[in-house]
Amino acid sequence: MTMLEVDGLEVRYGAIPAVRNLSLDVGEGEIVGLIGPNGAGKSTTLHAITGLIPAHSGDVRLDGRPILGLPPEAIARAGVALVPEGRRIFADFTVEENLRLGLAARRAGDGRGALAEAFDLFPVLREFRGRSAGALSGGQQQQLAIGRALVAGPRVLLLDEPSLGLAPTVVDEVFGALVRIRERGVTILLVEQRAQRTVALADRTQVLANGELRMTLGPEDADDTAKMIAAYLSG
Amino acid sequence: MSTPLAALDAQTIVDAVGLGAVYALMAVGIGLVFGVLRLVNFAYGQLVMVGAYTIAFTAGWPVAASIAACFVVVVALSVVMDRVLFRPLRGQSPAVMLVATFAVAFMLQAAALLIDIRDGTIGEIATSIASFNQAIVVAGVEVRKITIASVVVAAVALGLLALLLARTTIGLHMRAAAADFGTARLLGVRASRVIAFAVVLSGLLAATVAVILTVQNPFVGPDFALRETIVVLVGVVVGGIDRLWTATLGGFAIGFATGVINGVLPTDKSVYLPSAVFALVILVLLVRPAGLFAWGRRAAERV
Repeated sequence: MTMLEVDGLEVRYGAIPAVRNLSLDVGEGEIVGLIGPNGAGKSTTLHAITGLIPAHSGDVRLDGRPILGLPPEAIARAGVALVPEGRRIFADFTVEENLRLGLAARRAGDGRGALAEAFDLFPVLREFRGRSAGALSGGQQQQLAIGRALVAGPRVLLLDEPSLGLAPTVVDEVFGALVRIRERGVTILLVEQRAQRTVALADRTQVLANGELRMTLGPEDADDTAKMIAAYLSG
Repeated sequence: MSTPLAALDAQTIVDAVGLGAVYALMAVGIGLVFGVLRLVNFAYGQLVMVGAYTIAFTAGWPVAASIAACFVVVVALSVVMDRVLFRPLRGQSPAVMLVATFAVAFMLQAAALLIDIRDGTIGEIATSIASFNQAIVVAGVEVRKITIASVVVAAVALGLLALLLARTTIGLHMRAAAADFGTARLLGVRASRVIAFAVVLSGLLAATVAVILTVQNPFVGPDFALRETIVVLVGVVVGGIDRLWTATLGGFAIGFATGVINGVLPTDKSVYLPSAVFALVILVLLVRPAGLFAWGRRAAERV
């Protein structure tokens, strides 16, 4: 069953199209990767899905329901959670307050239980729950941003370059966390620059260049260097 | 003949603290709305003015009913202001929004004048609550009941507000909206609800200030609270408008400074009070351009 459906999406900055006729599906429980060089339109696509920027045309449906054009808070409440580029955590707030903010989009159910689950997934957050979030390391802040998105109990989780600016060992932690999140049955659309790791992790990976989808890769392609290079140079 | 310093006695300090408390309440009201809308509401003083007129026009009512009417009218007017003005202008440049609130301020003032002048005179006297202005003597210092009341009310109101912001979900959402509204909305924080809540809170504070100021000065005219608003706005900027507690401290500080300068100035020189206060403001901004209470990283960022 399709959870998130992007259909013919076009986003323009002024007259310049940043995303052209983009269509992609994410099935329930699936991880779909979206990779491509800088400026390919990956973040723009996520921003349009979450209502941060208006789309020029096209459709976005969550579990069949159109969400394009709704304000960001309504899209969040419908069940779309974004881990934004640069994390955007509230540095002056405590770790726990940041997580509680994630509950704002929760439609129903046990907020306390959701926090406990996030703490189980990222034990370091439990340890530092009373500290100000700005005092965390970059990797810990990324865990906080992911935890904050998860406590909303999203139907689909969007991640915008979660490994950006992190040390290699910390990148391992972040990808490890994504595996554990997948095991919980969360539907994921992952935007990344680290192509090989993304292709290896995702059920399917779409390659985006110059605002258009160029090809689809499966996990078996991760070690096919020629194909990976072709994917990146296709723009 | 007494020197200026000798005039800085307990009496002056008490009056200055009382004035600082009222200005702090106004500063919080302005700062709350600024936090979520990045809007300096110049019409805040006119909310107080409308509240004062409400008390004056209901002078025949029981005092409690009159005060309740003041709260209802001021909060309702705040909500209308939000719906008719702030909401359509949300996201516009700060300059556009500031000028729009100027327009509302003068429109309300003109409307008040039209209503007031119907009896042939400008100004109404709020007779019913004037008795709260009586003084009692505490340890040799004359303290007006309203001074005690305003300090207590300010302390309680600020304490409750601090608790609300620190402990409740809506308070957390308001702080998040003030820090980074875009991200807060992305997380599902409802913009309209947070803004409406801040507007209602600021209206409650304006009504409280209206009651206190009307007791202190029962002669209500269209320019009621105008001078106070300008001074408080300056205080809020001097304190640091981007944070609620620095804005509040700024309001208190300028009220306290005004009270002290007023006490120190010889009676026949009181015409120099505003000049002295604003000269002090210029000095403070020259020394601490980021705001009197901005420290460390934030101070450095703004310079």
